[in-house]
Amino acid sequence: MNFEFNVEGGNFTKAGTASSQLKKILKQLNVDSKVIKRIVVALYEAEVNIVAHAYSGKVIIDISTDRIDMVLEDEGPGIPDISLAMQQGYSTASSAVREMGFGAGMGLPNMKNNCDELTITSEVGKGTIVKMAVCLNQN
Amino acid sequence: MKIREVVQLLNAKVISGHDYLEAEVEYTFASDLMSDVLTIEKENILLLTGLANLQTIRTSEMSEISNIVFVRKKKATPEMIQLAEENDMILIECDYSMFKASGLLYTAGLKPVY
Ligand SMILES: Nc1ncnc2c1ncn2[C@@H]1O[C@H](COP(=O)(O)OP(=O)(O)OP(=O)(O)O)[C@@H](O)[C@H]1O
Ligand SMILES: [Mg+2]
Repeated sequence: MNFEFNVEGGNFTKAGTASSQLKKILKQLNVDSKVIKRIVVALYEAEVNIVAHAYSGKVIIDISTDRIDMVLEDEGPGIPDISLAMQQGYSTASSAVREMGFGAGMGLPNMKNNCDELTITSEVGKGTIVKMAVCLNQN
Repeated sequence: MKIREVVQLLNAKVISGHDYLEAEVEYTFASDLMSDVLTIEKENILLLTGLANLQTIRTSEMSEISNIVFVRKKKATPEMIQLAEENDMILIECDYSMFKASGLLYTAGLKPVY
């Protein structure tokens, strides 16, 4: 099953719409609620990162019987040093982003914590690709 | 503790979710930082916050938090109330400060997350 959503950079009122729709889909598919929470928290963090740090992007989701793959591609400034960005507390968020309740440098570590697989590739001045996968049958 | 008791204790006003006042909460998390709220793994949480915007509701939706108290007279907007209703959430507005509301709930037995 495939889904695609667009994400607008800078538009905080729409941030989370993809995650919200995915949550409804996963509920209909009777995925375990703890697994759903891990998936949507990771996707929401990634979605908010596009809104907060990039110009525009899209979310591509592929659900199979045993796993979900989520790819977020954005056009934006890119991440110069990914291992630095992964560190808890590292953030370049603007004051506008902080006023929305974000920008503590906790998102990427939280995505890693909630995913079974996470890979980030980025080109400075072009954009970032975040790939996440979560197994659907965990006990 | 039942939401009904929380409302009484905080002398607060229910804005959304009037049908769920018998719901039980066990933990309270007091924060204006949504990044932090997204790391919580516990269930049956009451969120105390001074941050009243749409992302407060979205973050709660993703974190499976159904109970939100806005402190210090922060008001929920119609968009926030609509999104909360779609997700069967309880929104409560209270005049007390974060400190006072936290103290009252802690004393009454609600547990901290960390
Ligand atoms: N899609 C992206 N495009 C460009 N830079 C990004 C992107 N995602 C993350 N970053 C960079 O990595 C940093 C760390 O990201 P992370 O999500 O951990 O924290 P944050 O978004 O700043 O704050 P929080 O997630 O706690 O709200 C960001 O501040 C930003 O510099
Ligand atoms: Mg982030």
